[in-house]
Amino acid sequence: MLAALVIVFREVFEAGLIIGIVMAVTTGVAGRAAWISGGVTAGVLGACVVAVFTSGLSQLFGGTGQEVFNAGILGFAVLMLTWHNVWMSRHGRELMAELRAAGEAVVAGSKSLLALAIVVAVAVLREGSEVVLFLFGVAAAQGGGSWALVAGGFAGLLLGSLVCLLTYLGLLSIPSRYLFGVTSALIALLAAGMAAQAIAFLEQANIVTALDQTVWDTSWILRDSSFLGRALHTLIGYVDQPTAMQVVVYALTLSVIAMLMKLFAAPQTHRPRAA
Amino acid sequence: MAEIRLAGMVNRICAFDRRHFLSFLLISPALPLLVSVARGEDTVALSLTIKDRQFDPAELHAPPGRAIEIHVKNLNPIVSEFESSDLHLEKIIPVGKEAVIRVRPQQPGRYNFFDDFHRETQGVLVVP
Repeated sequence: MLAALVIVFREVFEAGLIIGIVMAVTTGVAGRAAWISGGVTAGVLGACVVAVFTSGLSQLFGGTGQEVFNAGILGFAVLMLTWHNVWMSRHGRELMAELRAAGEAVVAGSKSLLALAIVVAVAVLREGSEVVLFLFGVAAAQGGGSWALVAGGFAGLLLGSLVCLLTYLGLLSIPSRYLFGVTSALIALLAAGMAAQAIAFLEQANIVTALDQTVWDTSWILRDSSFLGRALHTLIGYVDQPTAMQVVVYALTLSVIAMLMKLFAAPQTHRPRAA
Repeated sequence: MAEIRLAGMVNRICAFDRRHFLSFLLISPALPLLVSVARGEDTVALSLTIKDRQFDPAELHAPPGRAIEIHVKNLNPIVSEFESSDLHLEKIIPVGKEAVIRVRPQQPGRYNFFDDFHRETQGVLVVP
């Protein structure tokens, strides 16, 4: 029961942080509940599909199918997060003004919601497939599910959801005029961390071998396998022993996102403020 | 008109460069390492199996400073996840399958690994 709780909580926790951020980012946008829950549902279904085909998947690309798949969906999530930030840097201000002016009646932002729903789906899929594999593996070994397993899994899910809620409420407590800046930064760091994680998978698969020296070792301060380390790993991509390639890709992703946001930023016009 | 817009864009990018000098500072420790990329040493191949919830062998040895390739075969009747926080790797290994995991060159030390789905299955990589 405890093993089930620990594994389920750990995976749901990581997805929960990301969902919490996405919920805070989309505060006040009409239809976000449907998009986010759609993302979660797609992620859960995807996780089951991936779990069923794990054996076949891992045999692809000379036995590196898992790594290539993980790197691929992480890369896709990075693109979606980048696109969201660029889109918001252009339309965020209008959106906020419209929100204040028109209350609920906002259809703008649904494109960006699709991008974020995909990010949620990817997060749930990645973490969820491991949960499904573990639970089914144990159930198969025991010759059927047990109540302890179900209870452990459910408790893990509940605790993980709590993390999601706390992340969301924590971000909401930020005054609304700073929220946009804070969430933009969070999304950019999230994307950079995911890009570096994708590189880590490609390194493990022996596809990326250049710059594989460890740049620094901060494991004596904070191990990335500890609770706080895991949280920071998910949020800002903290790694206690990154390779040079991971650091380069991390910095590059941040720079590219910042540059694109700047290039596509809404021109500064002196429009009268919406009352 | 086009030139002015272009100049504006260039200005923006330059301004951006100055402001993000910090990120280049971040990369700079990696630059000397760029030189040492072309090492061309052979990879050390190690192999082990997971059977009866134990690694066999439970202790692996590899020389320092060389890339390592670990071949893991899962002979348990249940799916495993070969994982190491010390070596920063994780890989699911289906029943009866063999997985190959590349590990970057390591400093001397003891590096634990385990089956994340069955934590009692523990092993260690020793780099003298």
